[in-house]
Amino acid sequence: MQRALRRYPFLGAWLLLSPAATWLFVFFIAPLFIVVLYGFLERGTYGGVVWRFNLENFGRVFDPLYLNTFLRSVYIAVLTTLICLVVGYPLAYFIATRQPARRNALLLALMIPFWTNFLIRTYAWLTILRTNTGLINTMLTSLGIIERPLPLFGNDFAIVLGLVYGWLPDMVLPIYVALERLDKSLLEAASDLYAPGSQVFQRVVWPLSLPGVVAGSMLVFIPSLGAFVTPSILGGGKSLMIGNIISNQFLAAHDWPFGSALSTLMMGLMLAATLVYFRSTTRRGVQA
Amino acid sequence: MKSNRLETTTLSEELLAGRVRETWTSRTARWKSRLGNIVLSSYGVFGYLFLYLPILLVVIFSFNDSRSTAVWNGFSTRWYGEMAADEQVILALWNSLFVAIVSTVISTVLGTLAALAMERYRFRGQLAMDAVLYLPIIIPDIAMAIMLLIFFNLSGIGFEPWRLSLFGLKLAVPYSVIIGHVAFNISFVAVVVRARLANMDPSLEEAANDLYANQWKTFFRVTLPIMMPGILGGALLAFTLSLDDFVITFFTSGAGFNTLPVRVYGMIKKGVTPKINAVSTVMLGASLLLVLISLISRKGGEDKPIDLTL
Repeated sequence: MQRALRRYPFLGAWLLLSPAATWLFVFFIAPLFIVVLYGFLERGTYGGVVWRFNLENFGRVFDPLYLNTFLRSVYIAVLTTLICLVVGYPLAYFIATRQPARRNALLLALMIPFWTNFLIRTYAWLTILRTNTGLINTMLTSLGIIERPLPLFGNDFAIVLGLVYGWLPDMVLPIYVALERLDKSLLEAASDLYAPGSQVFQRVVWPLSLPGVVAGSMLVFIPSLGAFVTPSILGGGKSLMIGNIISNQFLAAHDWPFGSALSTLMMGLMLAATLVYFRSTTRRGVQA
Repeated sequence: MKSNRLETTTLSEELLAGRVRETWTSRTARWKSRLGNIVLSSYGVFGYLFLYLPILLVVIFSFNDSRSTAVWNGFSTRWYGEMAADEQVILALWNSLFVAIVSTVISTVLGTLAALAMERYRFRGQLAMDAVLYLPIIIPDIAMAIMLLIFFNLSGIGFEPWRLSLFGLKLAVPYSVIIGHVAFNISFVAVVVRARLANMDPSLEEAANDLYANQWKTFFRVTLPIMMPGILGGALLAFTLSLDDFVITFFTSGAGFNTLPVRVYGMIKKGVTPKINAVSTVMLGASLLLVLISLISRKGGEDKPIDLTL
């Protein structure tokens, strides 16, 4: 056995790998292929599928009803990513410019909400935003500032707020890492050459933090596009996203092929985003 | 590391020492930078308030002496009493712990072995395996959840429950839930352990070899102890992710099986009461405890010099 392992080193690799590989191929890769396949089948009368190939399910996505939801989900995900970037960049900059000891404490403080349950963090906003009994509306009405409750809940605003809250640390961390790695002599050089602060940022800090920005944007965009919990709790049953439409096909409508087609398209969109991400990082690598 | 400390001064040290701006001797520039720092600091404070205030509100109103989660009516622990009396919640808690423990054990073993293979060998199909290992991390949980739902329905395996008695409670945990949790946890464990292995100094293993330690001895006396913080970190991450998972559990469990997050979701859908806040607070406490444990174990791993006395 030992001799065989020495002669064929890859044998050892596959021996170590085979339990995890088997698990993932059976319970992840195979299901992935089945979902893609199901998208091309017909729905059965009582749930399940009929094995007749067609493209109808993908055609139905262009039904205005579903197309609207699809486009709105992309819009919500893009908006969430942009807001996370605008809110998260200064926060990452703030952490990166503290003293090392305080910096570690701040990083830990950033990670703690991230380690707490997503459902609970979404629920927290439910108690704050709810229309009649939410914290903000209750406070504002009892103070006499408003007469009718503000529409804070059950709309895109609530969903975007919930998503930004949920994924902000995902944006801050990679940007922080990029800023922290920044070569400080470049900053000195820039100010030695009489570049004003805005120019130092625009010409030096921002370009060098771009890998962090791109990574953070990916980490926010993908889960936002696939959001299910946030719209189902903060959307109030009215504002829905693709994730909810997909789950409805399985839990309520019993249209598995259509649900499969929708999730295949969703994963395709994410794959495209990931490829763009890798292309943009490798191109920068060549330039450098 | 220590020799080039001069070159690795941080941005903060530079800014605090004023070296970056030192060349602008004019007073306005210095005043501007001080103002900038004040603005940045207050922004930081607001940022952290935004992150913590909602969670804090959940905890505060779990002690509220009324049904409201918005109007304070005095301190009470009655919602915790109601939570403890709710058999469904207690059962869900045990289900959660059971699923988390079993899936953590399996995924830690499989993930660690996979990490070793990926870091220590070069072999055909490695790139593809890399992709397979990363995919469960990238893919949104809703997509993975329905993939598994279809798979378990089609194959007919998994929905059969694993029955056992724990402290007088009868648990019936569907295998499908555990299988699903392991499927996403393997990847997270592998990533954490690989990071640890990648940072490992190869000369340590070479030294052991030079001292005539055989392969196994080298592994158990050198490699494994160095990997240990990574393995523990991966296990803790897996445990946390498993405890927190809602979407995959919700879709793969079939009707009637609740973990704590699934139960909480059901309660939220029925209506908001401070009882949900009480359950949430307990879950928050558990997460904090796990963060604390991971911090302590990580610190232990880094501070201890590696014991090379074979």
